[in-house]
Amino acid sequence: MQEFFSMGGYGTYVWSSYGLTAFVMLVLLVSSIRSLKSTEATFERLKQAVTPKENQKTEAPNGDEA
Amino acid sequence: MHRFANPTRFLRIAAVVQPWAMGLTVILFGAGLYMSFFTSPPDYQQGESVRIMYVHVPAAWMGMFCYAAMAIASAVSLIWKHPLSDVAGRATAPVGAAFTFLSLVTGSLWGKPMWGTWWVWDARLTSMLILLFLYMGYMALQGAFDDRARAAKASAILALVGAVNLPIIKFSVTWWNSLHQGSSVITMEGPKMASSMLWPLLIMAFAFKAYYVWVLLVRMRQEITANKVRILRLKQVNGA
Repeated sequence: MQEFFSMGGYGTYVWSSYGLTAFVMLVLLVSSIRSLKSTEATFERLKQAVTPKENQKTEAPNGDEA
Repeated sequence: MHRFANPTRFLRIAAVVQPWAMGLTVILFGAGLYMSFFTSPPDYQQGESVRIMYVHVPAAWMGMFCYAAMAIASAVSLIWKHPLSDVAGRATAPVGAAFTFLSLVTGSLWGKPMWGTWWVWDARLTSMLILLFLYMGYMALQGAFDDRARAAKASAILALVGAVNLPIIKFSVTWWNSLHQGSSVITMEGPKMASSMLWPLLIMAFAFKAYYVWVLLVRMRQEITANKVRILRLKQVNGA
């Protein structure tokens, strides 16, 4: 076990390479997912806020379709 | 190609592909890491430090692959103005930059014990550093304009001009004297590496690729939703 972690004396270099790679890839993945979730939440909130107003305007003959 | 430029259709495809990319990432990393640490032998010259290769080389390949993807997306965005191509470029840039950064740092961590130095200004290392700067320039340009169309155009031109760096990276070890070793996997004569090391390397490379697809889809979905949010905000302002 000790031998496995020492990596023939290169342990520091090998484990920091793998550790940093795992860290950067996890941070990027988690931040991407969280940003998607929060943008989706904002979108839902805005949709709720915008839709009722549009319903009021339906009397106008040229209701703009965006 | 127009069929895939439709965001609604894209979102439907993404919903199908994403779980597969996620599953493949987990399985391939499981297998790849196991092989990297347990089945692959230490190198006869480099000893156990050779295991750094299984993250260093896939990261470097993906740094270049993502740049190529970004350059192609930029060309499509400039020529056909497909709305999704700019989204794909924007979503790829941070992932490619992260891979390039990792290849530089893990290369440094490998160089110190093997070459006796963290860094040398030789062609391979310098051209890879330039790749990182190109990614940063692209991201800076994307963020520098209020007008999305202008940001897309300026950054696409930068991505295309910078693409000249890709062959320079690939052939840097052939054209110039370099401390970095030559190509040993993608060569005209086929791989020059023992299969006990080639397999873990290839599986790790596919794990990185599956990870890229997963993160790319998440980020593209985020960009598309953000576009919808912007449209709703405009409606809100105009309606008030």
